[in-house]
Amino acid sequence: MDTVVDILLLAFLAVCAIAILRLRDLFAMAMMFGLFSLITAGLFTTMDAPDVAFTEAAVGAGISTILMLATLAQTARREQPVTGRSKLLPLLVVWVTGAVLIYGTVDLPAFGDPSAPVHTHVAPYYLQQSTADIGIPNVVASILASYRGYDTLGEVVVVFAAVVGVLALLGLRARPPRVVRRPVRRLDQHAVLKVIAKLVVPVILLFALYVQFHGEYSPGGGFQAGVIFAAAIILFALVFGLDEARQVIPPRVLQRLPAAGVLIFGGTGLLTMLLGGNYLDYDMLRESPQKAQQMGIIMVEIGVGVTVASVMLLIYFTFAERGRHRRPDGNGDDGPGGAAE
Amino acid sequence: MSFFAHYNYHLAIILAMIGLYTMISRTNLVKKVAGLNIFQVSVFILFISLGVVEDGTVPILSEGYTAYSNPLPHVLILTAIVVGVATTALALALIVRINEAYGTVEEDQVQAKDEEP
Repeated sequence: MDTVVDILLLAFLAVCAIAILRLRDLFAMAMMFGLFSLITAGLFTTMDAPDVAFTEAAVGAGISTILMLATLAQTARREQPVTGRSKLLPLLVVWVTGAVLIYGTVDLPAFGDPSAPVHTHVAPYYLQQSTADIGIPNVVASILASYRGYDTLGEVVVVFAAVVGVLALLGLRARPPRVVRRPVRRLDQHAVLKVIAKLVVPVILLFALYVQFHGEYSPGGGFQAGVIFAAAIILFALVFGLDEARQVIPPRVLQRLPAAGVLIFGGTGLLTMLLGGNYLDYDMLRESPQKAQQMGIIMVEIGVGVTVASVMLLIYFTFAERGRHRRPDGNGDDGPGGAAE
Repeated sequence: MSFFAHYNYHLAIILAMIGLYTMISRTNLVKKVAGLNIFQVSVFILFISLGVVEDGTVPILSEGYTAYSNPLPHVLILTAIVVGVATTALALALIVRINEAYGTVEEDQVQAKDEEP
């Protein structure tokens, strides 16, 4: 049964991917992209990876799609046909690369083989020792925040660096040259959307907090909670307008939060060093190493959650703000001052 | 070990190739980013497939279960997804700036404008 579902979902994914390739209407392509991500999340669930499925559903179907739509609203709605290019060369490259990769899979162990080398190296150690070392059931959380804390710190810093790049390129408050303030178009004339959003947003926020603080016992953690939290606020901003969302979380505060999260994560590491341990070695935090590990994981996960949620929101706000101040000579429909150029 | 034991890997490779083709055959920059994302998702699927254990369950320890799927790829991929969206945002921000500077997001038109004296 699992195999049938698996193959069916993968076939859907291939159809979606071909649709993304062929659609000239880029808005339709972005929606198809959201569907593609949602099916991927389903596929991750069938492959026993609920933590990954959460993240993919919130990021791929939610935040990525919204960002793509925000970009399209400021650029071109339709893709122009490709002219004067060889169609043969890309096809040749793709077929050769694909053939080489498929040849490469011949040596791989069979799908789901429990004796594959990947399952006999460090994974059994984590699965067997996690209870004794840390005492929490979710092994994904214990690897993420404790065994592989260094890697996770690196990932958080990359996310932080990316938002610094986006802010440097688009700026949260900087106005691009020669702007026309477009009439604010909101969805709040739609009663159905408003009512549904009002019902759904608090539940999503509550679920995000549950995922954050119950992440040691069920699928969850800072990354998942951060993106789910951000998705709820983005939904609120889409329906009720950017200014209302800004009143919930003022930009001045939001701009400082990504750094604060990284600081909490890195500071936990420094604290363990001051207490005489190694960097991010939580054993020193409390009397019993197990309790200390759990405390360290909670601190680090809060740092991750704060950074991820604020980075996602900051990116969305930056794109949305830029879209409201478009240059009059841009594509598509413009504000009333469009002819002034 | 039959050839069909690798169907998950093969379908991930097919997805990756659709993504790669989108990237190298299209000139629209937003479409290229979508292609890059398809490629990225196919890598995620490949990694998670490698972590699957037959008759295993979700790697959350509980009594009565002994076989769990490999948690290590899950950790790698869930952080990679978040890093992926952050870098995608950076790419889209560059596209917005390119559009403001050149008035187009088609690669060949941008190049043509660059070559104008």
